[in-house]
Amino acid sequence: MTILLKSPDVTKSIDKLASLIFNDLQGEEFYVVGIRSRGEVLGKRLASVLSEKLGTEVSSGTLDIALYRDDFDDPHGESLRAVGITDLPGDISDKVIILADDVLHTGRSCRAALDAIVDFGRPAKIRLAVLVDRGQREFPIQADYVGFTAEVGSDEMVRVSFKETDGEDLVCVVNSDED
Amino acid sequence: MIRRRDKGFKWTRKHLIGLRELSREEIEFILDTADGFSQINKRSIKKSPTLRGKLVVNMFFEDSTRTRNSFSLAASRLSADVIEFTKKSSALSKGETLLDTARNLEAMGVDTVVLRHGAGGASKLLSRKINAAIVNAGDGFNEHPTQALLDVYTIKKHRGSLDGLKIGIVGDIANSRVARSNIWAMTKLGAEVTLVAPPTLMPPQVSKLPVRVSYDLDEVIEELDVINMLRIQFERLSSNPFPSKREYSKWFGLTSERMKRAKDDIIVMHPGPMNRGVEIESAVADGKNSVILEQVANGISVRMAVLYLVNKAAAQIEKERGKR
Amino acid sequence: MKEAKKSVLIKNGRVIDPVNSVDEVCDILVLDGKIAKVAKDIKADIAIENTIDATGKIVTPGLIDIHVHFREPGDEEEETIASGSAAAVAGGFTSVVCMPNTDPPIQDETSVEFVHRMGRQARKTHVYVMGAMTKDRKGVELAEMGLMAKAGAVGFTDDGAGVQDSAVMSRVLKYSSMFGLVVSQHCQDAAFAGRGVMNSGYNSTILGLPGIDALAEEMMLWRDIQLVKKTGAKYHAQHLSTKGSIDIIRQAKADGLNVTCEVTPHHLLFTDDCIKDYDTNYKVNPPLRTQKDVAAITDAIKDGIVDALVTDHAPHLMSEKELEFLAAPFGIAGIECALGLYIKALIETEVIGWSQLIAMLSSRPAKIIGIDDEKGALSEGYWADITIIDPEAKYRVDINKFESKARNCPYGGWLLSGKVEYTIVGGEIRFSSDI
Repeated sequence: MTILLKSPDVTKSIDKLASLIFNDLQGEEFYVVGIRSRGEVLGKRLASVLSEKLGTEVSSGTLDIALYRDDFDDPHGESLRAVGITDLPGDISDKVIILADDVLHTGRSCRAALDAIVDFGRPAKIRLAVLVDRGQREFPIQADYVGFTAEVGSDEMVRVSFKETDGEDLVCVVNSDED
Repeated sequence: MIRRRDKGFKWTRKHLIGLRELSREEIEFILDTADGFSQINKRSIKKSPTLRGKLVVNMFFEDSTRTRNSFSLAASRLSADVIEFTKKSSALSKGETLLDTARNLEAMGVDTVVLRHGAGGASKLLSRKINAAIVNAGDGFNEHPTQALLDVYTIKKHRGSLDGLKIGIVGDIANSRVARSNIWAMTKLGAEVTLVAPPTLMPPQVSKLPVRVSYDLDEVIEELDVINMLRIQFERLSSNPFPSKREYSKWFGLTSERMKRAKDDIIVMHPGPMNRGVEIESAVADGKNSVILEQVANGISVRMAVLYLVNKAAAQIEKERGKR
Repeated sequence: MKEAKKSVLIKNGRVIDPVNSVDEVCDILVLDGKIAKVAKDIKADIAIENTIDATGKIVTPGLIDIHVHFREPGDEEEETIASGSAAAVAGGFTSVVCMPNTDPPIQDETSVEFVHRMGRQARKTHVYVMGAMTKDRKGVELAEMGLMAKAGAVGFTDDGAGVQDSAVMSRVLKYSSMFGLVVSQHCQDAAFAGRGVMNSGYNSTILGLPGIDALAEEMMLWRDIQLVKKTGAKYHAQHLSTKGSIDIIRQAKADGLNVTCEVTPHHLLFTDDCIKDYDTNYKVNPPLRTQKDVAAITDAIKDGIVDALVTDHAPHLMSEKELEFLAAPFGIAGIECALGLYIKALIETEVIGWSQLIAMLSSRPAKIIGIDDEKGALSEGYWADITIIDPEAKYRVDINKFESKARNCPYGGWLLSGKVEYTIVGGEIRFSSDI
């Protein structure tokens, strides 16, 4: 196990993400929507940092993508999780949506998230914010805002922990079979 | 929002045959999953692509517009293809056997069979003999699991939990699959169930079930938090278990008069279709305590959850088989 | 030296012959298909066709099963008299009684003769038959019992159904007494049993299947016993399944009535708990009951109240047994492993000893059907029907190797002891485990 980001680094990366978003979207009305489950925490954190920066409340929500995944017949890991509720802050039509996820890897979760979100309405635009971009994309998807870029082997996975869900903020690399 | 279960839990059943064999955890998992689906039914785009390319066959050997439509809609909202196979026949009629019929459908590549059949155990039989996932939509007077799931789902929506609730199930217990599935689901979720019916409509050795038994609705009505009025199935009552509708309704019908003695917030349920004026008075069926239409709406979410879960488990089993 | 026809010398077996109170190691000499001598150290002064060393084996009168369904005429796809007979000798049975619920039913002298002829042609076991008591087994009009008796029927029954109407049953008992043959009843009150398919109780409740209450059997048995008291007929109660029935028979016997009864292996080995997965192999009529009933039946066997052990061998097509539990036919086909099942249920549990077991499988059933003057014992001059059993040998039941056409048998894979080594019928070896 190799540690990529310790607790203060996680906070720094989130702050960095918030600044990127702030600079890019100043003046526009947007919602932060986290992809369940770690993206949900990231989204909430981003929203709270952005609220401070903007001096006005930024709404955040949660998107459950279980029903939109492309691995139904090849189930593993995340896809075995229960179907959860998508909890959006309001009508997303004509809004700017910032999709938040902890790790960008193959791009498949993001693809599912895009399909899921358009079933709820027609946003003006969608931006993608990720805490860690670990490369090795399988789909033509890139993040608009990246907190940290990591070089990670194909047999390794990036594990993100948040104090809200796991007790501490931590990003580390583990072997796939350790998980 | 319903509390989420342990992350460690994994649904593994490819068939939903009955609730008797399910654990509390499994039942709650279905209900939680149904919560995720209830949302889809409220959106403007009421569909998810989850079961795209899967074939669901509604195999109905008994009339049941409501359950069949509910399953069809559930499957469609998950983007599955649906074939309707309806054949009205008695459980004992000759001709093509259930297995032959099912094997034919299997040859067409069916992924899920939703089976309604007049013989108890028909779903179990299919699950042993064909490869598709089987969802029991009612077998004889054995079980009707999705009906009971939508019933407890509806109760949970109103009360948060069934723990400690006093629930009365009134009517033809002996010939009712709804009663049996309800007994298992409700007692597993912690409710205290009382069966209310004339002795001629009670099954043999009913006292061995985890329930209380009463022959007097007036004796129990005051204490009930929920009352589930079963439909008197006249087509099944060849044995003439009570003298007349009028006499039945006098003792076991849910009338406005009886409702006056019930708790103010009692939940009134009925699996439908109702015989208004027999087991339930119209004013009660349409009254403020009635959740009968909610039950119908919740049925779609629950059935979506079930179709999703059995297909998911089937995919998992198939994958593990591939590995070996 | 001249060779005797149909001759067998069986050496050094443990001969168990309840009628003659024999249970010792000795020899049996068979000449011309008849028992010539049972003694120690028999030296034949004539050439013998077959000499069998039966050291360590049990040698008994040929086993008799007075309740089988060989489905001919009408349902030859399920079983024929030929295939059923082959199965019978493989199970050690030298005589069987076919039930008349064929299609058409056995209800006239021609059908009786047909069954006999098919049995002779099969040349395996002796095939007897009971005729229907009432026309088309409907319980309304008397069948031609006299003509069937003359043709060789050994009793009358509407097996599969009991005669519901008390007046008709009374008439059946009175009329049949003219011929001295037994009337054998499948006791079940049809209206009370309804469309039941298993025992009525907690299991039927949780499986959502209609039940048959024990009283359906007991009420008809009780009624019949009252009618027997009036008519003095020879009455036999088939496949008893409940404690209540056992109590009624016990009392009837204590009252000195001419009443007998039989029991099947499945009512000794199973309860309605077995049906938990809707396995139609456990769908039988009368249905599997409870542990309390099994215990009462077992006690009755111990006390000698039960006269005959039968198989109720009931072959069915798998395509029929694969139907829904409600729709599938009743019955178990198990004649080939029946002896092992009785040993498991009664000898291994030390309920009874070998002599008592063999009596219920030979001399006592022979008496019920009135063939005890020539079969069911190893008396001199009797038919040389002999079964040789290896009591120690264990075997695993393989339903795919059954001689019977049927596979509807819940005993597949069971490890049983008491292997049938030879089945000798009329001095001919009709079955040998070596072949």
